[in-house]
Amino acid sequence: MPAIRRPIPDSASLAPNFAAMSARRLYIFGGIALIAAGLLFGDIFAVFILHQNAARQGEALIAASRAVATGNAAAVNEVFSHLGNLLEDRGTKVDAHVHMIGAGYLALLLALVQPYIALSRQTKKCLAALFIAGGVLFPVGIFLIHYVGLTGSPFTAIGWASVLADSAGALLIFVLIVQAWGFWKYLRSRQLSEPELPDPELPDEDNMPRRALLTGGAILVLLGFLHGAYYAGTLLYEHERMETAILQRLIDAATAGNLDVATTEVNNFGNLAGARAVNIAAHSHIIEFGLLAMLLSFVQPFVFLSEKWKRRWVKLLLGGSVILPVFVLLEMKLGLLAEGIADIGGLMVIIGLVGMLVGILRYSGGLDVAENDAAEGAP
Amino acid sequence: MTGSRKLLMFGGMALAAFGMLYGLQYALFVEHQTLDHMGGSLAQSFAAAAGRNLGQSQAALEQYGETKYDYVRQLDAHSHWIGLAMLMIVLGVIFERVNFSEGIRQLVAFSLLAGSALFPLAVILQTYHHGALILKALAVIGSGLVIAALAATAWGFARPRTTA
Repeated sequence: MPAIRRPIPDSASLAPNFAAMSARRLYIFGGIALIAAGLLFGDIFAVFILHQNAARQGEALIAASRAVATGNAAAVNEVFSHLGNLLEDRGTKVDAHVHMIGAGYLALLLALVQPYIALSRQTKKCLAALFIAGGVLFPVGIFLIHYVGLTGSPFTAIGWASVLADSAGALLIFVLIVQAWGFWKYLRSRQLSEPELPDPELPDEDNMPRRALLTGGAILVLLGFLHGAYYAGTLLYEHERMETAILQRLIDAATAGNLDVATTEVNNFGNLAGARAVNIAAHSHIIEFGLLAMLLSFVQPFVFLSEKWKRRWVKLLLGGSVILPVFVLLEMKLGLLAEGIADIGGLMVIIGLVGMLVGILRYSGGLDVAENDAAEGAP
Repeated sequence: MTGSRKLLMFGGMALAAFGMLYGLQYALFVEHQTLDHMGGSLAQSFAAAAGRNLGQSQAALEQYGETKYDYVRQLDAHSHWIGLAMLMIVLGVIFERVNFSEGIRQLVAFSLLAGSALFPLAVILQTYHHGALILKALAVIGSGLVIAALAATAWGFARPRTTA
């Protein structure tokens, strides 16, 4: 018995705006995939690497204070070489996570503005492919910096992985500059590059998923801005002063051979680093999730799911977007419990995002099948 | 397409490209050296303390603090330029739904663009004049412009559609 094909919803009238292998489709698929992969990597990093890495940094500082107490400068240098390695390990993973998500956001943004880029369809498609390739290679290069190091590199400070990351970053910049040029051409000529498209704008639907994502996103971004302003105004400079003061006390205690005090100062240093990290992470994540929600509100017409499932993914995504930053902030007070809940929040965002991606894949699949059927039925 | 939308979309793209170019030049020519210098200063501070040379230890620690002060601000400026640019492009797509007159919308869009450019710039300039009050004030003004513009935008979204 032949399968009964479910009709594509009303937004099928937008099919020309979502043509097979068009630049917009590449940007939307690639962008959501990059964001989901970046979030998943961040969750894995937070659970399996972040806290273990912080503990090893504390151990290294304690070892350094012992070396100072015994007057062993060679041991100090050895400890700091190890500490630098730990910091590079952590820093490159954070950067890979941030840059993968950032490239995904930019891809979604470029999907929105494609109708206003006055370039040929083929050029736009080529640029989209280059952008997605750059968006993948950029974080991969950053991730590999710690493992490749300076092996085989002709440069004094930059290894091959850095060269890969920087080249991919340059590729992203190149695509963005060409897009800006295409937009400038549109502003001057006022002519769309693909005038056959029925409407360059995305549909002005007013339904719960779209409204919730747009409003929720704007509120999340505003909350993030306010938190950032509060942190910069009240804590940033104090934290910077505290860091050097703690290190000075640590060195003084170690020099005096007072190892208990030195250990206490190492713990203070760890707590301070934790306080800074959770504030910065909460600030950046709440704004990123707000932007993500606003961006996803635009692609809702392409999510081919029932209204009930669309609402479920939206609630899951917005719920996770609030839970993660709030519980990241509470990590210093609630410890492991808050960390676990924050990780679950991150997972909720990922699941919501993948659910929407599945809906878009269904939409594009249905569209392609309908086009094929029409082509086969044509005389 | 209205002037406010053009301002947000083109300004956002230009600011994103600028922020990325800044990050690229920083990564290529400054970051690795800065990280080496930062780690080296801290190691030198502890090593000097191990050699009981407390003056040199303190000087190296101060050097570490200053280098880190610069590094944090360079990264912050890079990420804030790009982040704010992305927000501008998003808002540019839907700015017609901000229910104010086009004149007010242009004012809000200009505030967002000016704040988004000024705030990270003032943060970067602080690396050349540590603790300069005028630069702190500029950063506060820039971020204030961004927050006020976003609050006005949210208000505009919430207003009933009575104006164009």
